Amino acid sequence: MPTTYELKKTKYLNPYLGGVLLGLVLLSANFISGRGLGASGAVKSVVATSIMTVDKSAVEKMPFMEEYTQSHGQNPMKSWLVFEMLGVLVGGFLSGTLAGRLKLKVEHSPKITSRRRLIFALAGGVLFGFGSQLGRGCTSGSALSGMAVLSLGGFITMMAIFGTAFALAYFFRRNWI
Amino acid sequence: MGPLAPNELISENTNFLLAFLIGTGFGWVLESSGFSSSRKLAGVFYGYDMVVLKVFFTGAVTCMLGLLFMSLFGWIDLELVYVNPTYLTSAIIGGVVMGAGFIMGGFCPGTSFCAASIGKIDAMVFIGGLFLGVYGFAFTYGWWEKLYMAAYLGERKVSK
Repeated sequence: MPTTYELKKTKYLNPYLGGVLLGLVLLSANFISGRGLGASGAVKSVVATSIMTVDKSAVEKMPFMEEYTQSHGQNPMKSWLVFEMLGVLVGGFLSGTLAGRLKLKVEHSPKITSRRRLIFALAGGVLFGFGSQLGRGCTSGSALSGMAVLSLGGFITMMAIFGTAFALAYFFRRNWI
Repeated sequence: MGPLAPNELISENTNFLLAFLIGTGFGWVLESSGFSSSRKLAGVFYGYDMVVLKVFFTGAVTCMLGLLFMSLFGWIDLELVYVNPTYLTSAIIGGVVMGAGFIMGGFCPGTSFCAASIGKIDAMVFIGGLFLGVYGFAFTYGWWEKLYMAAYLGERKVSK
């Protein structure tokens, strides 16, 4: 087992305290805005905006994006999730700064190269991006927030995400352990 | 009383400002719990670090109970709170694709932004992948539309 795990040195919050705080953040989102947290929706906003900027007529040929831009009054960047994700960048940065974890690096198991780590990170990102659109939300928007409001789809997506990752863990073990 | 924005007790712009503050809290909690490290996140799938399970489910249960009590006290009208609609087929297949992305990339979208904010280059590359994946889905939407819309069960709750 990886006892050489370098991250043991840095101090993290007690996970149960972190969980309660995460729950309170999610609760406040529901109380204030009547909705849960999310992440992939902000990526979708940026993708929609970039397509519109390059070629406005291209969006009209993409029903998936057109519907989205129309529901956002033709400006997909003016969306709750975009503001929330900007906050995530600030909050993560502040926490990392105060804890002394700010460092430009590729984090990977000592058994693999940075190059291999980055190739898998890219491939994983592509799959996650694709899956989040098909599944109508990612771990935050569909699984976590969906479960908190007892959405059946939220529970199913959560089981599918974690179940698949557990099922495939054996094949990618060299990357992590 | 709640939820404030759907009840029009706060303006749209105030709602966006609060979204930024809520996001700040979200990013802060994720980073300080260790979600900015892919090796820590992937640990749950090999049993060497269970932080994901602890934080994720404690968070979900805390919010569930909070909403339940707020509703009982009459502080929030749960009818106005967004409930993710259930499309059975796409929820399962989308989740399977995301699960594969999770074990390969070591992040989910929220945690990758959090990790990128403290300088993890692997997270930045993962985010690049997210953009490609989202674009890819939108571009090929015609192929998946039937699957995307299949087995619609409404805004079904597990409590009903």
